[in-house]
Amino acid sequence: MNTVAEQQTWLDICALNDIPPNTGVCAQFNGQQVAIFHLSSSKLGNVSLVKAVSNLDPFSDANVLSRGLISENDDIYYVASPLLKQLFNLDTGLCATDENVSIATYHVRVSDGLVQLRRS
Amino acid sequence: MSKQKIVVVGNGMVGHHFIDQLAKDFSDDYQIVTFAEESRLAYDRVMLTSYYTGNSADDLALTTPDAYDAQGIEYHINEKITSLDRHNKTVTSASGKTITYDKLVLATGSFPFVPPVPGKDQPNIHVYRTLEDLDQIADSAKTSKIGVVIGGGLLGLEAANALKQLGLETHVVEFAPRLMAVQLDDGGGALLRSKISELGVTVHTEKNTKEIVAGETCRYRMNFADGSFLETDTIVFSAGIRPQDHLARTGDLTLGERGGISIDDHCLTNDHDIYAIGECALWDNKIFGLIAPGYAMAKAAVSHLTERRAFKGKEVDFKGADMSTKLKLLGVEVASIGDAHGNTPDAQVYSFIDSSAGIYKKIVVSSDSKFLLGAVLVGDSSDYGQWLQLVLNKIELSQAPECLLLPEMDGEASAGGGIDALPPSAQICSCLDVSKQDICDAVDGGAQDIATLKSCTGAGTGCGGCVPLLTQVLNAQLCQLGVSVDNSLCRHFSHSRQELFDIIRVKEIRNFDALLSECGTGDGCEICKPAAANMFASLWNDHVLATELVGLQDTNDNFHANMQKDGTYSIVPRIPGGEITPDHLILIGEIAKEYNLYTKITGGQRIDLFGAQLHELPIIWKKMVDAGLETGHAYGKSLRTVKSCVGTNWCRFGVQDSTSMAILIEKRYRGVRSPHKVKMAVSGCARECAEAQSKDFGIIATDKGWNLYVAGNGGMRPRHADLFASDIDDATLLRYIDIIFMFYVRTADRLQRTSVWMENLEGGLDYLKDVVINDKLKINDQLLDQMQHLIDTYQCEWKTTINDPQRLKRFNHFINSKQLDDNVIFTDVRGQISPANKVSNAVEIAHAVN
Ligand code: SRM
Ligand SMILES: Cc1cc2nc3c(=O)[nH]c(=O)nc-3n(C[C@H](O)[C@H](O)[C@H](O)COP(=O)(O)OP(=O)(O)OC[C@H]3O[C@@H](n4cnc5c(N)ncnc54)[C@H](O)[C@@H]3O)c2cc1C
Ligand code: SF4
Ligand code: FES
Repeated sequence: MNTVAEQQTWLDICALNDIPPNTGVCAQFNGQQVAIFHLSSSKLGNVSLVKAVSNLDPFSDANVLSRGLISENDDIYYVASPLLKQLFNLDTGLCATDENVSIATYHVRVSDGLVQLRRS
Repeated sequence: MSKQKIVVVGNGMVGHHFIDQLAKDFSDDYQIVTFAEESRLAYDRVMLTSYYTGNSADDLALTTPDAYDAQGIEYHINEKITSLDRHNKTVTSASGKTITYDKLVLATGSFPFVPPVPGKDQPNIHVYRTLEDLDQIADSAKTSKIGVVIGGGLLGLEAANALKQLGLETHVVEFAPRLMAVQLDDGGGALLRSKISELGVTVHTEKNTKEIVAGETCRYRMNFADGSFLETDTIVFSAGIRPQDHLARTGDLTLGERGGISIDDHCLTNDHDIYAIGECALWDNKIFGLIAPGYAMAKAAVSHLTERRAFKGKEVDFKGADMSTKLKLLGVEVASIGDAHGNTPDAQVYSFIDSSAGIYKKIVVSSDSKFLLGAVLVGDSSDYGQWLQLVLNKIELSQAPECLLLPEMDGEASAGGGIDALPPSAQICSCLDVSKQDICDAVDGGAQDIATLKSCTGAGTGCGGCVPLLTQVLNAQLCQLGVSVDNSLCRHFSHSRQELFDIIRVKEIRNFDALLSECGTGDGCEICKPAAANMFASLWNDHVLATELVGLQDTNDNFHANMQKDGTYSIVPRIPGGEITPDHLILIGEIAKEYNLYTKITGGQRIDLFGAQLHELPIIWKKMVDAGLETGHAYGKSLRTVKSCVGTNWCRFGVQDSTSMAILIEKRYRGVRSPHKVKMAVSGCARECAEAQSKDFGIIATDKGWNLYVAGNGGMRPRHADLFASDIDDATLLRYIDIIFMFYVRTADRLQRTSVWMENLEGGLDYLKDVVINDKLKINDQLLDQMQHLIDTYQCEWKTTINDPQRLKRFNHFINSKQLDDNVIFTDVRGQISPANKVSNAVEIAHAVN
């Protein structure tokens, strides 16, 4: 059960069904652009995982990361920028190809089939 | 001790090779001076004809003045040596320069023989030996319609090819009853003649030219001894070569009865301070008119001169040379090996004729059937390398001789026994004298690809004929070393793309999870996911946004548009063959205006609209689709454009309807996903306004049909396409493209254009022809079926997508808001939009923040 307090903390973004498995979407959140990815595969036991990072590709200064490909290496999941293919760790926001660069990450979860971002 | 002074007269291929070999390790010991009668230093005479097909004089050059300067070699060009004074050890040039020598090297080559036919000394009558000759022939061609080559030998046919390329109606006049009398027998000569006639070159045999007089319909008339005549504007004599021994005569050196400077095994003349090498030299009463023996002589002379210090002390005396040759004349493969005429006593002869495919093969074997002595090949010389080795190394045949002649059955090795049967001493590259052992050593030493092998052993850098064999030795040796070339697709799949393709095809795998569980590990990455999506599409052709596939697509496929640097997209409707109605043109203009898109004509004969935002794509595409326009797949690894010219419809030169053919082809192959993008073009005549020879598939109209070219490339590393087939009809053209296209789809690497694929294809163009034309692998029906499946299941991806509300949900910048991306900003450039975000600063900003 979602308590009232919880409802204030977590903001509904969209239905999980709105994000086809293994793709991303971009959410408008507190005036920021957040890329949310829906991971699902037999390796992950066919459960749905969601991850959220900033949508801004720092290398190109374009809001495009939600449209990148999801890439796995040694059980870590990354998004590859659709522009110049740099990889960003979906849990830490660190860029795997340039250690000086990182992007923001966000708390995200699925609740009752809804994808939610945490406000604080 | 002062340096010995070596004077080299003649800076042709062999003279230069001598200098190169000597200067390499001994430039401190010798002062080298060379005289060249021609206006430039040595160039590749073997490739002379390619001067008409794209190679410039610089491309053909074997050295440069700078390189000679750097090596301290003194050179005099345009400076013919006219006399030799052996007593005082000097030579004198036409301009009066006299120079002394310690050792003299004569590398004066040969000159074309012109029979004393009355009328031979008129303008527009040429020989075929130097770059200057070729310039002059090209000049004559400008004012000529018809050209005749006198002489149907190897060089004559090459000259005929050149005349044909210059656009002349070409004839070959031969004194003997058959073409290439020296190399071929009657059967081979007859087949060569019929093939060459098919290409539009008229062959006249048993014609003895009596005189050349003024013509009636052309510049000249050639009267033949039998009373017949031929009218022509240009004549090229190619009636054989004669050793250039004039200088030797002035110095009173020993010559052969019919010319040529006599030499011994060290290439010494009767004066032991004078060597003669190359085509001017006579060894055992024989002249060797090929480059490999010339290079071998140069080595022998260097070895002797340096008192065997060169070549690691290896004995490299000249002991004669094999005169086997492999050529391509007017596109026809011809080869002769060893005792081609069966002159060995009791030799047995077998032959094989496939007149439909135009193949003739003859072998000469020893009386006990154990050894191959010689062979003639016309139409298909793919056996040349293997057979030559059997002859040169006297390898005992492992099966009955007739097995050599039968077309290879799948899986069975031919009687040759493969590359492993060759002894280490086997000479693989005859031009540069490189043995199998030399190559294996180099591979062991780390030269593990063809390019490196070429540069460190020299093998394959002469006539190039040995490259297929070289490749086989390389691969066999890599195998020996246990080096398995790692062609894993990525860390998730240890298979090559080709292997994965076969797995997907045979096991009918249709999604990524199934593929991973069949043969992969982990969860896939940005390399294997799009590659898998691409292979699924090439085989099953489901919509790229199908639920199971959408997560595999690169962003461009994912949104059916090319993402630009600011996250906006471009829109490219298909404009088949570049032909567009005014209504469509107006519609595109109106859309561009309404959505404020940057408009540009692309390099591929169509129109690109830039700056559309995600949410606008479906709206714009709906308008396009409603008006009958389709997606142009500018985003896909698939057919891009088929460029066309106006052809017979409008152009006064056109010989076929190139526009209609281009449209037909573009519609046939639109949407077919392939390892990389594929471009095609159709030109209406040889003027080639559609630039077909730079495309993956290029089609050029002829008056009999179409010439098909394959594996051309513009882009990063341009490559001229190879002529695959000539004068084929519409149906054959489509059939060949179907098969080649699907064979490429099946066997190429990920993101490998047809050009690179072709260069890596073992056996190259000849092999591809064998696969496509002779169905060597017996898979043509399968490939044709696959292509037909793709053609039948084509859909305009945009049309399907705009009709599917579920899929359209993703075409919004935000999933939870109708707002737009405020970081998409444009400025105005020449009256149109242009992205204005701060891309160039972006990285610096990111660094500063951290
Ligand atoms: C729009 C256009 C340039 C123009 O303003 O005219 C263009 C634009 C792009 N080219 Fe191109 N190429 C365009 C004609 C060409 C041509 C000329 C031609 O096709 O006649 C070539 C050389 C011919 C060839 O491919 O052999 C060409 C060689 C390349 C290459 C190098 C390919 C190679 O094998 O060397 C790339 C890079 C790649 O594909 O890996 C490339 C890649 C690209 C990409 C896809 C780069 C990218 O990923 O963003 C550009 C995106 C186009 C877009 O957003 O719509 N483009 N590109 C031309 C579109 C033609 C069309 O109508 O489809
Ligand atoms: C069109 C063509 C195609 C060929 N194709 C093949 C092939 O496929 N395979 C193959 O093995 N061979 C081929 N050959 C033959 C090959 O080119 C020759 O065997 C090779 O060039 C011989 O080299 P060389 O140095 O002896 O003579 P050249 O290359 O003729 O060099 C001799 C040089 O000496 C110069 N010279 C002569 N006299 C003097 C003088 N008195 N003073 C100063 N300079 C002088 C000449 O001007 C010339 O530049 C071909 C030849 C031609 C013309
Ligand atoms: S290629 Fe030939 S037919 Fe086509 S436009 Fe050019 S000249 Fe005319
Ligand atoms: S045989 Fe001519 S390059 Fe090797």
